[in-house]
Amino acid sequence: MNKLIVSSSPHFHAKDTTQTLMLDVIIALTPAMIASVILFGFRAAVIILTTVAACILSEYVSRRVMKRPQTVGDLSCVVTGVLLAMNLPVSISPIIAAFGGVIAIVVVKQMFGGIGQNFVNPALTARIILMNSFPAKMTAWTAPMNHSFADATTTATPLGMLAEGSADAMPSYLDMLLGNTGGCLGETCALALLIGGIYLVARRVISPVIPVTYLATAAVLSLLLGRDPLFDLLSGGLMIGAIFMATDYTTSPINFGARIVYAIGCGVLTILIRQFGSLPEGVSYSIVLMNILVPLIERAVKPRAFGKAKAGKAGAAK
Amino acid sequence: MKELFPKHPYRTHGGAPVPHCKNTAHAETRVMPPPAVVTLPMTQHIGAPCTPVVKKGDHVYVGTKVADSTAYVSAPIHASVSGTVKEIAKVMMPGGQMVDAVVIESDGLMERDPAIQPPAEIKTKQQLAQAARDSGLVGLGGAGFPAHAKLNVPEDKNIDTLIVNVAECEPYITSDHREALENGKNVLTGIYKIKEILGVHRVLIAIEDNKPDAIEALRKIADDPQMDPNDEVRVLPLHARYPQGAEKVLVQACTGRKVPAGGLPADVGCLVMNIASVSFFASYMKTGMPLTLKRVTVDGSAVTNPQNVIVPIGTKIAELMEFCGGYKEEPKKIIMGGPMMGVAVTSDELPILKQNNGILAFGEREAHLMEPTDCIRCGRCVAACPMHLVPTKLEKYAERKDVAMLKQLDIMTCMECGCCSYSCPANRRIVQAIRLGKFYVKKENAKK
Repeated sequence: MNKLIVSSSPHFHAKDTTQTLMLDVIIALTPAMIASVILFGFRAAVIILTTVAACILSEYVSRRVMKRPQTVGDLSCVVTGVLLAMNLPVSISPIIAAFGGVIAIVVVKQMFGGIGQNFVNPALTARIILMNSFPAKMTAWTAPMNHSFADATTTATPLGMLAEGSADAMPSYLDMLLGNTGGCLGETCALALLIGGIYLVARRVISPVIPVTYLATAAVLSLLLGRDPLFDLLSGGLMIGAIFMATDYTTSPINFGARIVYAIGCGVLTILIRQFGSLPEGVSYSIVLMNILVPLIERAVKPRAFGKAKAGKAGAAK
Repeated sequence: MKELFPKHPYRTHGGAPVPHCKNTAHAETRVMPPPAVVTLPMTQHIGAPCTPVVKKGDHVYVGTKVADSTAYVSAPIHASVSGTVKEIAKVMMPGGQMVDAVVIESDGLMERDPAIQPPAEIKTKQQLAQAARDSGLVGLGGAGFPAHAKLNVPEDKNIDTLIVNVAECEPYITSDHREALENGKNVLTGIYKIKEILGVHRVLIAIEDNKPDAIEALRKIADDPQMDPNDEVRVLPLHARYPQGAEKVLVQACTGRKVPAGGLPADVGCLVMNIASVSFFASYMKTGMPLTLKRVTVDGSAVTNPQNVIVPIGTKIAELMEFCGGYKEEPKKIIMGGPMMGVAVTSDELPILKQNNGILAFGEREAHLMEPTDCIRCGRCVAACPMHLVPTKLEKYAERKDVAMLKQLDIMTCMECGCCSYSCPANRRIVQAIRLGKFYVKKENAKK
């Protein structure tokens, strides 16, 4: 008889792989990508392709240079690329967009060891670096549904209007739900993001714990501070942040309790920055800050092993 | 005080949506003719190995004791065919360790030992445990824990619930399912004896709801006032989610109680027995014939005729496969037990053991091993762990041989159900690493 394969149990395996999960995230981002092209024109597609290409190339080259197994195939770099594009204004120069992709992959992700090792969200961190390097270009908002780039009308984001106390008419909730406002490529259309979020939860790619807790915390705090909770939920990057950024596997906690604490932290910081900060918007900073706290949260809030006595007494005695 | 019977199972944590693959559930069990040679290894249970009590050339009958041990946690082994002891040979067990084995050449007559007679009526707990030991019974659900050690409940433990385990959450395996359908009345007889001796007034037959026919069959018997005059036996359908049948999870699902870490079900007033064990014990009380036969599910993509087979213990896997029509394709992996917790064996020359409930043979496609990739911290292993552990961290610290951290993360609570590895999108071999980690912890504990 021929040689048999001997391996440790279990001998069964679920069909999901890192690649299929990342593919699902890309599928979930598709409505937002389509919305961005409808709202901001084909230039949005150019930006998305630029950042994705930059991310793929950065990932490939980094792995080659570091002589590590190639990980382009797991598609996580594509997800980073799409997410980065979703967080850029449509008027951004493709060169800056590509630069952002390189920072996200090379500096934030690969220098710390690649997938699963980075301690902050690559796309968000790249966005923050671009924000600080090119503040004017990163906040040049183009009015939606106005596809002539030669003389594109500039506008403000709803949060920007709020912060400046602008006399202009605020967009309606319907406009904000459909994304008919100024803002980054993928953040304006809350509806498309929600569809993606529901897909991710239905496919069990993410658990609804983080997005639901994040959004609920933000809404409650907004109400307590006398703001308009619905406006807060639909404006800025909150929706994309809660659904796609805060749920990033690597930079969010792995157990239920820690996820709740983390998501509450994200929600509180977001609204506090919006209310008291000098910036109109704080989703990126909130999430990145909470990313950094993840190891501490996981140490403080961990699951208790089955049948183990409550911590403190039994643990200390040993 | 009379305990109430739960109508629905209690909530349990984690688990994995493992496919059921119960292909053999509806085929009648067939009885395999005795093979020419049986090999009976000295470890067919958890605990101390037996030593042979026969020597080369001895004549044995079916049911003659061939090996025993003086240790408490051990169980005697009996000849499954009549014939001559050919040799005491070394065989390699599924785990890779070499043990002695009594090899018996059959004379084809299958004569039962004339000395065998039904045990005297069992009236006390000591007699119950003694009978269980004499019968050679071990936990037939797969663990192989000697039954007498389980039944000899310490005096300070008050057992109020007997749980008969028919969950059978492992994919493919249907031997308990067939036992329920074909031998239900026997099961009730066994239950009544055991519960009478132990003074238990609540018996739950726990069975996953993917076996509606078995639930109905057992309910019919349990509702029969002749079989269950005191109405103390009820069937409890469980959610069909792996690993419902794991002892601690099962106790929680049936009673809502949590077995303490490092403890036994007896610590929370429960006794768990597999259905095949209970049923066998009933027949032993009737006939006195010790454990020599075992119902085994034979399945897998490489098997021509998947089915349940009653096979003499000690029969070689290869002969059992032959009985099932041989291999359909070249087997690449043969598993003793189910695909989640079973052991992959090195050859089909190994004998069937007492606690085997399944033999699975898989072809190239199913046996293919995926290469692990980097952990992405998705947390699926954490969500899947029924023991509330953090498998990904256990894996990491096991690789670093960090015993202090492994202990802090309660590695010994892991029961190796495999839900973490099953759910891992990066195909990490988490359970394998945890086994290694447990080994380091045991080694360090032994040093002290």
